[in-house]
Amino acid sequence: MAGSTATMEQQATVGATPRRRHNYARRYWWFVVPCGAVVLGTIVFPWAFTLYMSLHDFKLGGGREWVGHANYVKLVTDERFLYSILRTLYFTALSVVIPMVLGLLAALAFHRKFPLRGLARTVFILPMMATPVAVALVWTMMFHPQLGVLNWLLQQVGLPPSMWVYAPDTVIPTLVMVEVWHWTPLVMLILLGGLASLPLDPYEAAKIDGASAWQAFRHITLPLLAPFLVVALIIRTIDALKAFDTIYVITQGGPGTASETINIFLYLQAFAYYNLGYASAVVVVFFAIIILLAMVLLWTRARVKDA
Amino acid sequence: MTRCEAEETMMSRGFTRRTALTAGAGLLAAPPLVRQANAQSQFDWKRFSGERIEVSLTANPRSTILIQNQREFEDMTGIRVGAEQIPEQQHRQKFAIEFASGRPSFDVVGISLHVNKRQVGKARWCTDIKALMADPTITAPDFDFADFGEGAVAYSTQADGRMDTLPEFTDYFILYYNKELLAAKNIAPPATFDEMYDSARRLTEPSRQIYGNVGRGLRNANVVLYSSFLLGTQQRDFLDGQRRLISDSPDAIWAGEFYKKLLRDCSPPGVSGFNWNESQTTFMQGRAAFWIDGVGFAAPLEDRTRSRVAGKVGYAVVPRGPAHHHCAMFGTAFGIAEQSRKKGASWLYLQWASGKANQLRYLTSGAGSPARTSAYRNEEAISQSRFSREFFNTLIESARISRPGLPEIVPVTEFRDTLGSALTATIGGADVATELRRATEAFRPVLEQSERES
Repeated sequence: MAGSTATMEQQATVGATPRRRHNYARRYWWFVVPCGAVVLGTIVFPWAFTLYMSLHDFKLGGGREWVGHANYVKLVTDERFLYSILRTLYFTALSVVIPMVLGLLAALAFHRKFPLRGLARTVFILPMMATPVAVALVWTMMFHPQLGVLNWLLQQVGLPPSMWVYAPDTVIPTLVMVEVWHWTPLVMLILLGGLASLPLDPYEAAKIDGASAWQAFRHITLPLLAPFLVVALIIRTIDALKAFDTIYVITQGGPGTASETINIFLYLQAFAYYNLGYASAVVVVFFAIIILLAMVLLWTRARVKDA
Repeated sequence: MTRCEAEETMMSRGFTRRTALTAGAGLLAAPPLVRQANAQSQFDWKRFSGERIEVSLTANPRSTILIQNQREFEDMTGIRVGAEQIPEQQHRQKFAIEFASGRPSFDVVGISLHVNKRQVGKARWCTDIKALMADPTITAPDFDFADFGEGAVAYSTQADGRMDTLPEFTDYFILYYNKELLAAKNIAPPATFDEMYDSARRLTEPSRQIYGNVGRGLRNANVVLYSSFLLGTQQRDFLDGQRRLISDSPDAIWAGEFYKKLLRDCSPPGVSGFNWNESQTTFMQGRAAFWIDGVGFAAPLEDRTRSRVAGKVGYAVVPRGPAHHHCAMFGTAFGIAEQSRKKGASWLYLQWASGKANQLRYLTSGAGSPARTSAYRNEEAISQSRFSREFFNTLIESARISRPGLPEIVPVTEFRDTLGSALTATIGGADVATELRRATEAFRPVLEQSERES
């Protein structure tokens, strides 16, 4: 009897556990409310409002009129917007690939031991610490076709002067040059951290097997460093896609619209033309592009992990 | 002769009939003078003492002058002033967003009329100051509204007759020229656009990196230079009488062709990316003979610590066009926020800021051409200025021939971007007529929608 009572109590206890857990969770559910409110207020609401505005003809200082998907239709036919997407992709591709290659080379160089290595590393990462707007202003002065120091340097080595940011053909590569100078140190730092964490055993084994330096790099360093490369790639891509300050300060999107990326186009629509409805539609499309790119990068990362 | 000796001499001459007549005339004239003096002494500058107003200004040498002398206003009125100056582009965005929010953080705001006049007027962001001006209890007797130039007053007045800003500064585009470069080739300052182009061609020597001209080629910024040429044509304006866009007319194309050849044939390589700052640097280094731009650049050009052409700069009005002779005019003014609860104190600030003393400071320091005419008549101050008589004569003559350099429309920045892109493309060799037609077609619906909403 006692045994059966104990069994019943146990059953009751077992039976009560899920209910108590449920109550327990409900009580603590309120602790999520502040966090949820912040997320709602800072992420969900702005997004919902942006979507709402993108369906209106909304001008600062004027009225607000429902236009449905008219802003999106206009975007599809707006050559200036379509070219700005191409320019953004062109700028992003160059601003990611070049720092990745140079950053990897720099990381390999700084991973080796040599005199004054610490000082050299510090000097190398200095550009990253500079304020982008200040950097952009200094570069602008250096790019001046007649009075800038860069053309003077070119002439000293017998090369013809360049138009740098003052010609449509050279403006994006020149802006990429500033971006590369500024952010290659960041890639180098990420990869240097990765190199420092690699195990030494595979290298010793490869050495015993007679592997060359290139083979060790190709078959040991690169695969082991791949997760760090992907992290650097994601950070660089996000940074390049959102690049605004440097481009705006140096060219304001010019000459003409030759360096007008989506960010510059968006800024002008929203804060120079005050077309907030149209600008909101640009934001939504830009967000979709970023989501697409992020998915590709995450898929790449997952594949690297699996490998 | 000392003062005492002079008084003794007068006394020894005695009290003559002439003296009596003079004294009588003096007595007859005394009542109005006394009334004016009483009005001056009765005007209570301190009536808003203890209040604090916020002032939002665009960063420029004129705002710096106001902030430097702000203590003068605070001591006179007992009103505390919190003034900020923000770079032009950012300031335009800031005040527009704050006004649209319904609760601007400032009481007084500086406004570029050539960009924001219609926007501010349409939204009724600033209070009509006519009522304030008519109230003798808060308008100083020596305010002297008639002293403001007609052009400046017209610029500050909206189409419906409301005057929602008080003029501060009128910016005229003038011709700066390098006297040394012109003298070396025995060339006189040009009187017409054709002469300007011919001289600029003769002065251009790429091998020495000397160019006949420099000017704005960058999108948006370049439209104000282009309009200097358009103003010389029969058409003169960007809009016709029915406010329709005519920036692809034969006259507009002529102005575009002139702009193209001047910047393409006689200006430094890369000029398509030049704004005023690159143009100023090039001119300051003695690399360009002509430069058409705003009057405010005289000060840096004559600064011996920064400029290689200081003392060698010539000033002239913009050359005559094929049909008319005008220079482009732009302007700034002060407005009082409609939502401000300190309109009285703000109005006193406006009277001080655009008062005769500050306007004279603008002129003599080279910070810009004042909206008041009295400053130009102050011979003593002008003679003591570091700028040449030629500079002041150019300003006076420019005021006489000036016309607004941009159309008074709400989407003026979008207009400048659209037309500016076309103009930049022409420097690269694109066909002027094609580019202007494309730009006009692109902007026409924007303008039509804006006009409908207005």
